[in-house]
Amino acid sequence: MSHHDHHEAAHELSWIQKYVFSVDHKVIGIQYTITALIFLFFGFCLMMMMRWQLAFPGEPLPVIGNLFSDSTMPGGVMLPDFYNSLGAMHGTIMVFLGVVPLSVGGFGNYLVPLQIGAPDMAFPKLNAASYWSYFIGGVTMLSSFFVPGGAANSGWTSYPPLADIATTGQTIWLFGMVALITSSLLGSVNFIVTVVQLRAKGLSFFRMPFFVWAQFVTSFLLLLAFPPLEAAGVMQLMDRLAGTSFFLPTGLAISGTPMAVSGGGSPILWQHLFWFLAHPEVYVLILPAFGLVTEIIVTNVRRPLYSYRTMIYSVIFLGFTSFIVWAHHMFMTGMGTTISNFFQTTTMIISIPSVILLTVLLLTLWGGSIRYTVPMYFALAFLPMFAIGGLTGLPLGLTASDIHLHDTYYVIGHFHYVVAPGTLFALFGGIYHWYPKVTGRMMNRALGKIHFWISFIAINGIFMPMFIQGIAGVSRRLAIPNIYEHAQAVQGTNVFMSCSAWLLGIAQFIFIYNFFMSLKTGEKVTSDNPWDATTLEWLAPTPPPHGNFSKEPHVYRGPYEYSVPGEKQDFSPQFVA
Amino acid sequence: MSAEIKYIDEPHPVSGLTNSKLGIWLFIASEIMLFGGLFSSYILLRVGSAEWPRGASVLNVPLATFNTIVLITSSVTMVMAWASLMKNQFNKYRFFMAMTILLALVFLVVKGFEYHAKFEHEHYPSTSVFYALYFTLTGLHGIHILGGVVVNSYFLFPGTKLWKTNPKQFAGRVECAGLYWHFVDLVWIFLFPVLYLL
Amino acid sequence: MSHSIEEINKHVRVYIGVFVTLAFLTVVTVGVSYLHLPVVPAIILALFIASIKATLVALYFMHLITEKKLIWTVLWVTVVCSIGLFLLPVLTTMGSSRSQF
Repeated sequence: MSHHDHHEAAHELSWIQKYVFSVDHKVIGIQYTITALIFLFFGFCLMMMMRWQLAFPGEPLPVIGNLFSDSTMPGGVMLPDFYNSLGAMHGTIMVFLGVVPLSVGGFGNYLVPLQIGAPDMAFPKLNAASYWSYFIGGVTMLSSFFVPGGAANSGWTSYPPLADIATTGQTIWLFGMVALITSSLLGSVNFIVTVVQLRAKGLSFFRMPFFVWAQFVTSFLLLLAFPPLEAAGVMQLMDRLAGTSFFLPTGLAISGTPMAVSGGGSPILWQHLFWFLAHPEVYVLILPAFGLVTEIIVTNVRRPLYSYRTMIYSVIFLGFTSFIVWAHHMFMTGMGTTISNFFQTTTMIISIPSVILLTVLLLTLWGGSIRYTVPMYFALAFLPMFAIGGLTGLPLGLTASDIHLHDTYYVIGHFHYVVAPGTLFALFGGIYHWYPKVTGRMMNRALGKIHFWISFIAINGIFMPMFIQGIAGVSRRLAIPNIYEHAQAVQGTNVFMSCSAWLLGIAQFIFIYNFFMSLKTGEKVTSDNPWDATTLEWLAPTPPPHGNFSKEPHVYRGPYEYSVPGEKQDFSPQFVA
Repeated sequence: MSAEIKYIDEPHPVSGLTNSKLGIWLFIASEIMLFGGLFSSYILLRVGSAEWPRGASVLNVPLATFNTIVLITSSVTMVMAWASLMKNQFNKYRFFMAMTILLALVFLVVKGFEYHAKFEHEHYPSTSVFYALYFTLTGLHGIHILGGVVVNSYFLFPGTKLWKTNPKQFAGRVECAGLYWHFVDLVWIFLFPVLYLL
Repeated sequence: MSHSIEEINKHVRVYIGVFVTLAFLTVVTVGVSYLHLPVVPAIILALFIASIKATLVALYFMHLITEKKLIWTVLWVTVVCSIGLFLLPVLTTMGSSRSQF
C-alpha cells in the first residue's frame, strides 16, 4: 500500500471505528489507560470510605453516608458486611482492574510496539478483543454492587469455605475474573509474539530497552500463572452453582448446622491454586513498573545503565523463581516444616534478583548529571519506597516471624509499599514522561511537582503507621478496628492515616486537572524527542500516526548509550547510524 | 510507512515461524497449565479422599472407548485436511474438514447420552467429589470440543474465501486450528484412563 | 512452505501408521483395565500408555518432531514453570502437621 492510499483509507474510518472499536495499539493503549485510571480512582474511593469507618468506627459518614441504601449504610453508619464488600472489591479492583491493566494494557500496548520499531501488535484484532474482554470483566465486577447481598465480600483472595457460601456477589466476581483472565491471556500471547517476531532490523534481544524485557517476562508470567487460577475459578463456580464440594471438607458445619454437601474437598487446594497465580502476579505488578522507572532514570541521568545485562539476567531468573515461592503465603495452613523450609529458602533466593535490579538503578545515579524533571521525581521516589516494601517482606518470608505478623496490618503495609508508592508512582512518572509523545504537549511542571510532594508525604502517612499497628498485633479485615483491647492503644494512628488518605485523594485532583488542561494549554513540544532520549519511540512522529514510523526504523546500538566519549551530543539514539 | 504487519504468511527468518503459529503454541502452553491445574487438583483430592470409586465400576467404559476412537479419528482427518491443502486438493480438504466436524459432533452427542444416563441414575456433580471431577473435567473438555467445532466450521464455510486470495495464509490458519484440535485430543487421551479406567 | 507433494504423501503414510498405533493402544489400555491389577501398577501402566499416545500425537500430528527450536523452548519454559503445580499434591500431604487437610 502506498503512503497516499493509506492516507485515503484512514480518512474513511468513522469516529467510532477510530476511537472506540479501534485495532490500533496506541488507541487501545489509551483506552486501557483511561479505563484503568478510572478504576484506580474508584477503587481508591472505596478505600477512602473504609478509612472513615477505621478512624471513627460506628459514626455516620458525613454528607455522602446518606446516599447509600439501608442494607449497606443505615443512617450513614457502615455495616460490617458492606465494609467486607468494600475491602474485597478494593483489592480486586486495584490489582486486576487498575494497576495491571494500566501497566501492561496501557503502557505495554502503547510503548512496546513503538520501542521495538513495529507498526502495531502482531494481532491487532486480538488486542481489541483483549481490551473489550477487560471492559466486560470490569463492568461485571461493578454490577455486583447492585445484587442482593452486595458485591463479593470474602476478600480479594476469595478463600473457601467462606467464598463458597457467600452471597451472589461472589458468583459475579468469579464470572468477572473469567473475563479478566481471558483478557490477559489474549494480551500476553500478543505481547510475546510481537516481541519475538516484529522487532526492527538490528534490534537483537540484548538491544531491547529494559521496559520491553520487563513486559516480555511479565507476559510469560500472565500466560502460565493465570490458567491454574482459571481452573480454580471454574471449580469454585461449580461449588457455588452445581453444589459440588471441591473446596468443602467433609463434616463442614456453619453456625453448628452441618452443611448439606457431599464433602471430601479441600479448602487448601484453592489457596494453592490462588497463590500459584497471585505470587507471580506480584511480579506482574512490579516488573513493568521497574521497566518504566529504568527508562525514566536513564534518560534523566544522562549516563548508561550501570549493568544492562545483569538486569536482564535478574529479571529472567526472577520470572522462573516466581513459580516456586507461592506457598510462603500459606505458612499458617499447617504445612509440614520441610515444605515450609523449602518455600522460605526460595523466598529468600527470589529477593536477590529484586535487590540486584534496585542496586543497578541506584548505581546508575552514581556520578550522573541528574535532570530533576517531574517523572524523575516519581522515579527517584520509587527506589526507596520499593526498598521499604521489599525489605519489610523478608520477615514475612521467614516462617518464625511470619507466625506473629501473618494477617496483620504489617502485611498490608508491606505490599502497599510495593504497589502504591512503588508501582503507582512509577506509573505516574510514566504518564508524565510519555505524555509529550502521546499528545504533543508537556504536562505542567509546577502542578506536577505539587502533585508529587503532597502524594509522597500523604502516602507515607498512610502506610508507615501500618507497620506499627501490625507489630502491635492488629488484624486486617476488621470492620471494627478497635474491637480487641490490644488494638485500642494504636487506634489513634488510624485517624492520622485516614486524614493522610483523604489528603492523598485531594492531591489526585491536581493530577486530573493537569492531565486534562495540558491537552489544551500544555507547552507544545518542538521536537519528536523532547527529553533527548535514545529509544525508538522518540523517533516516531508526535503523536505517532497509524503505522507508527514514517519509514522502517533500523537499530544500530544498545538502548542506553548516553554521554558516549567522543560524541558531540550526550545521547546516541538507537536509530541513528 | 503502511501499517502492514510482517510474518503473517511468511515465516520469520530467525524464528522460522509465522505469527499465528507461535501464537497458537503459546495458547496451548497456557492450556497445558489450565488442564495441569485440574489434573493436579484431581490427584490432590483423590489422595486425600477416604474412598474413591474405580471409574469402570460407575462409568460407561465401552461408550468412552468408542468416543476415544472417534476423537483419534477426527485428529487424523484434521491432519489429512491440512495435508490436502498442502497438495492443493481443495475438495479433499473440504471432505476431511467436514469429517472432522462431524466426528466432533458424534463425540458430543455420545457425551450427551452419557451425561443423560448419569442424571437418570441421579448422579450429579454434587453427588461426590468423584462425580464433581468427572463432570467438571469432561464438561470443560466438551467446551473445548465445541470451540473447535466453531473454529473448524468457520474454516469450512466463510473462512475459505482466503484460500482464493492467500492460500499460504489459509493453510497456516488451518494448521493452527489443527494444532488446537490435536491438543484437545491429547487432553482426552489423559482424561480417558484417569476418569474411566483407574 | 517448502513441502513437496512426495513429502506430504510420506507424511500421510506416517499419519495412518500413528492412527493405527493409537487405536491399538486404546484397546490395550482398556483390555488391561479388565485385568483388575492392584491400584499402583494399574495407574503406572495406564499413565505410561497414555503418555506414549500423547507423545505420538504431539510428535507427528502436531509436527513437533520437525518443529522449530523456539516452540520447543516455549514448551520447556512451560514444563519448568509447571513443576511446582504438579508437586502440589505432594506439598499438601508431605510432613503435614494434620492427618487430613
